[in-house]
Amino acid sequence: MLRLVATGPGPDAAIRLEGVSLRRGGRMVLDGLHLAIPATGITAIMGPNGAGKSLSLRVMAGLIEPDSGSVLPSEAVRGRQEIALVFQKPVLLRRSVRANLRHALAVYGVPRRKRRERLGELLDFGRLAAIADAPARALSGGEQQRVAMVRALAACPKLLLLDEPTASLDPQATAAIETLILNTAASGTAVVIVTHDQGQAGRLADHIRFVHKGALTEAAPAAQFLLAQKSPEAQAYLAGKLLL
Amino acid sequence: MQGFGDAFGAAFALIARFDTDLVEIVGLSLRVTLSATLFACLIGFPLGALLAVGRFPLRGALTVLVNALMGLPPVVVGLVVYLMLSRAGPLGTLGLLYTPTAMIVAQTILVTPIIAALTRQIVADLDAEYHETLRSMGAGAGMRMRTLLWDGRFALTTAALAGMGRALAEVGAVMIVGGNIDHVTRVMTTAIALETSRGELALALGLGIVLMILSLALNSLAMGARVGAARMAHA
Ligand SMILES: Nc1ncnc2c1ncn2[C@@H]1O[C@H](COP(=O)(O)OP(=O)(O)OP(=O)(O)O)[C@@H](O)[C@H]1O
Ligand SMILES: [Mg+2]
Repeated sequence: MLRLVATGPGPDAAIRLEGVSLRRGGRMVLDGLHLAIPATGITAIMGPNGAGKSLSLRVMAGLIEPDSGSVLPSEAVRGRQEIALVFQKPVLLRRSVRANLRHALAVYGVPRRKRRERLGELLDFGRLAAIADAPARALSGGEQQRVAMVRALAACPKLLLLDEPTASLDPQATAAIETLILNTAASGTAVVIVTHDQGQAGRLADHIRFVHKGALTEAAPAAQFLLAQKSPEAQAYLAGKLLL
Repeated sequence: MQGFGDAFGAAFALIARFDTDLVEIVGLSLRVTLSATLFACLIGFPLGALLAVGRFPLRGALTVLVNALMGLPPVVVGLVVYLMLSRAGPLGTLGLLYTPTAMIVAQTILVTPIIAALTRQIVADLDAEYHETLRSMGAGAGMRMRTLLWDGRFALTTAALAGMGRALAEVGAVMIVGGNIDHVTRVMTTAIALETSRGELALALGLGIVLMILSLALNSLAMGARVGAARMAHA
């Protein structure tokens, strides 16, 4: 078990990956990755396709054990439900939206008598009331993303990991998700969002982490990073020139 | 020996006037088959789900065994249950031989592997899709099994109907352990076998027609389950 409990991630970090390496298909897909996620605000992880962004979220969520290196969660995010992950392609259950959320509340151990009230809050928060009784998998991509995100929030996580939550959404659906993200961060949850969209990073992120070939190449405040990148990889990526 | 046309005419007449013998036989068939299917589901659903998602020693061997038992010859099941329930057998004191209960036991043994094996496949396929999501939510093994069984409910309905179809059409096992006793353990398939051999084609044909209709109805229900799943976009 590489998830150390004795040492924390250091001050002001929700979770820290230290020299995390992972081998898949005969090559290093995470290669000594150092990644500290601030305990407050929104952190955007950027980097080209195949850089290891999705894998690093899975490692943070405890779904994958790295081959070497350490995963150091802070005290606050150490419980099983304190970290919630919304996948790049979310999988909703074959039930109504309402039943999906009710299922999540049951999994998260919310007492039966409190579920109805929590369900109402979640539907309101995600503005899902109008589609609450629709079969979840028949919804549009944007609606499904919103359901997946609200389902993750049902756990009241301290750290929310979002993998390209608006990748295939129209501007309106994107705006709806971004509003949800900002509201969530405002309520004190640390949010990590993987995105390829500089505009989105500018609108949402407080911090940027740039990943390339399974390693961190740049970590900076968002305003600074988007104005001028220090690493040649990040410069090339934002200029549309970087290939993995 | 009646003529062919006469026999058909008489068969339809029996059905049309709800002949008491025919109704009794059909009723017992349904009672035995429905009970056996119910018990087979109660055992087969959780067993199949456990084989699909459980991690325990001998899981592979058990899976192979269940799959092999799917093809059990009904007469062999009948023979084994007969030996268990016969006066000298280990369960002989229960006095169950030649009762509908014995037939339900035999058919449950016959149908359970079918439902368990189909359930295992259905749940395993669904688990491939749900596994990471449920794990990321921190769902325990019990919750995972319940989630997968509920979300596979339409496909599982089809599995149950397949098992029921097999039980309904089966003749060897119920013949051996039921004994085909008039008014006691005579079901559609055993009655058809007997009446045909006696040349009583009207009752045999009448029962055959009812059996066909029931079999078609089961298939329609199975199709309905598939259509329902698609319509509700749960597939
Ligand atoms: N099971 C696996 N077997 C082989 N290679 C894998 C496996 N899982 C991931 N990879 C490889 O690891 C690399 C990183 O994958 P990851 O999904 O983290 O990329 P990403 O940064 O999220 O990319 P994208 O922007 O396209 O989503 C990819 O090159 C991928 O092909
Ligand atoms: Mg990815």
